Amino acid sequence: MNATYIPMEQQPVTAQLPSRGRVGMFVLIAAESAVFTIFVVAYIFYIGKSLTGPTPQDVLAAPIFYSICLLSSSVTIHLAVKALRLGNVSTFSRWWFATIALGGIFLYGTATEWHRLIYTEGLSISTNLFGTTYYSLVGLHGSHVVVGILCLTLVLGFALTGRVKQEHAYRVDVLSLYWHFVDAVWVVVFTVVYILGR
Amino acid sequence: MSTDSITWPQTGTAAHPFVDRLHEWVTTVDHKRLGILYIIYALVFLLIAGIEAIVIRIQLIRPHNDFVSPQVFNRMFTMHGTTMIFFVVMPVLFGFANYLIPLMIGARDMAFPRLNAFSFWMTAFGGLLLYFSLVGANGLYGAGNAPDVGWFAYAPLTSPTFSVGHSTDFWTLALLVSGFGSIGTAINILATVLCMRCPGMTLAKMPLFAWLNFVMAGLVILAVSPLTAAQIMLLVDRYLGGHFFDTQAGGSAVIWMHFFWIFGHPEVYVLVLPAFAFASEIIPVFSRKPIFGYSVMVGATVAIGFISMSVWAHHMFTVGMSASANTFFVLSTMAIAVPTGIKIFNWLATMWGGKIEFKTPMLFCIAFLFQFLAAGLTGVMLSVAPFNWHLGNSYFVVAHFHYVIVGGILFSLFGAFYYWFPKMSGKMYSETLGKLHFWLFLIGFHLTFDFMHLPGLLGMPRRIYTYEPGRGWDTWNLIVTIGVFFQAAGILVFLGNLLWSYFRGKTAGSDPWDAWTLEWSTPSPPPEYNFSVIPTVKSRRPLWDLKHPADPDWKFE
Repeated sequence: MNATYIPMEQQPVTAQLPSRGRVGMFVLIAAESAVFTIFVVAYIFYIGKSLTGPTPQDVLAAPIFYSICLLSSSVTIHLAVKALRLGNVSTFSRWWFATIALGGIFLYGTATEWHRLIYTEGLSISTNLFGTTYYSLVGLHGSHVVVGILCLTLVLGFALTGRVKQEHAYRVDVLSLYWHFVDAVWVVVFTVVYILGR
Repeated sequence: MSTDSITWPQTGTAAHPFVDRLHEWVTTVDHKRLGILYIIYALVFLLIAGIEAIVIRIQLIRPHNDFVSPQVFNRMFTMHGTTMIFFVVMPVLFGFANYLIPLMIGARDMAFPRLNAFSFWMTAFGGLLLYFSLVGANGLYGAGNAPDVGWFAYAPLTSPTFSVGHSTDFWTLALLVSGFGSIGTAINILATVLCMRCPGMTLAKMPLFAWLNFVMAGLVILAVSPLTAAQIMLLVDRYLGGHFFDTQAGGSAVIWMHFFWIFGHPEVYVLVLPAFAFASEIIPVFSRKPIFGYSVMVGATVAIGFISMSVWAHHMFTVGMSASANTFFVLSTMAIAVPTGIKIFNWLATMWGGKIEFKTPMLFCIAFLFQFLAAGLTGVMLSVAPFNWHLGNSYFVVAHFHYVIVGGILFSLFGAFYYWFPKMSGKMYSETLGKLHFWLFLIGFHLTFDFMHLPGLLGMPRRIYTYEPGRGWDTWNLIVTIGVFFQAAGILVFLGNLLWSYFRGKTAGSDPWDAWTLEWSTPSPPPEYNFSVIPTVKSRRPLWDLKHPADPDWKFE
């Protein structure tokens, strides 16, 4: 092992670079967007190509109420992060809980829709191309909602045990970026599945 | 300021018991150790996939050979391709990126050290999963073991009907799992380059190595994610009875080809950009000149990144696309040769008038330059759709992409091994063995892959198990197989050199090449924290400034 090094000029760190948490999350969102793009392309490509029924026109109804719930959870999580930045932990916890609840209501909506499609309409993932693409795309988004809710619940647990403080606003903000992404993707999925697809 | 060396306290790790050291390596989050783990892991798989290549070539050495059965032959070329791309070249490039980027940009670690360890172990388990198929894929069906659907696994070969048992499941899960690892590493590289640079190192002062790997990481994000999506679809088809690629139910086999090649072609640039990165660091140092046209190199790299996203369907000319689609992909494929050509001229201009030292790393880089040029030229030939209709899926294509991956990427990679081995191990490699490796591998490479073009032009299709005598293919196949043994000998010399030098080599010193980037300012091997004091840089060649205070670069940049 060699034991020498060449000394470099030294200066205190002053330069301002972007924060790694936000950059990392934005890149993850870019990767996730690419995954969703492929599924959306497949969905659009296969619209109207099913050889057998049921078709989207027969069985799909736009889940407007549940969509409003999910989209408004972006507002509540924003308010939660804003409250934590100001150091208001109890307000943060309340808005944070509201976000989880709204996400939960959305998942309940998906569950009832899938239950109706499977047991009443007889549409499963292997019934036809519509079933394959529909359950894959909506399920991919739904699994992201589930992961998001798990992460949010973890933070809520920390908050209720008094471990979330004002200095954590930055980390919570990074997590909220993911939740905003999950909401934004739903706008695309909703447009493709419930408007274009019918 | 002076170049005097100061003594660094020895940190003895050799005294620890073996179990402690193993524990340190398994639980490490240090970018240098993870980099070395990536590299060793890739070298192990290089040996495995190399043996598979030897089996393929022995089978094809003469007509009507029966060295292996057709079933085993199919498994061999599938495993060879999959292993080489996903578990040799990608990990070894990630290993070098991991090791070198923080050192080059003056950081103490990657942006997310634990994500880094997670990514490595995902990639590692992906490789183990692929080879576990040899044990676990038979299932209850008594079907074949290793995957045998080709490395791009076209539908409907992968459907449950044609691929019983679990071999295809192991293939798709291995790629899915290692894909998560690749995306994690790419996130890490992008965040490291954007957020961890030392004071004074603006984007325009970064070493080209960091720039090229930055663009590579961006391509991984945009290319590997579609592959992940396609693998999820394949799993839905195979396990849940979906119909994405099931033509019986209105699905499309061609859409799998699109999804695969939307990954597959940018993937080529994911592999080749780090090879460019090695050349861009090694050629200037051994020509004793700064890189020619730094900003043009960066521009060309970014241009390659963008154009590479729009060329994928040149893998599909023989499918029968519309005339307008064919025209688009012909033109975009030809367009990507322009920024690549600019790079080749820049490297030549860097060497031009330089005081070239023909050390082993430089020899490999010079061979890389000429071989990559030849590979690019056959690429432009194949981009012409009517020409492609004749030679698509022939040995001409096989020769072309091996020219890129072996003649281009692997040669540059060997250069990188020799160039950074003193930094990583603290020991100097044997120059004699290095040159022996170079000449053996060069002769083997040209015997194999120059002559492989000819049976392709004479109509020999790829992936055939054997062939009839008297078609004019016999002699060429014999020469191609003979070349393989020269390459194998070269690889053995290379591995022997690494091992011998690690244990018996001379001490290298912190800066054996009189180089200019920040990693050479640290001891060899660097301490865990890299830099005791975070450096400040003023130009693209901080060590040149340090060594030549009267004539620093920053006065002229």
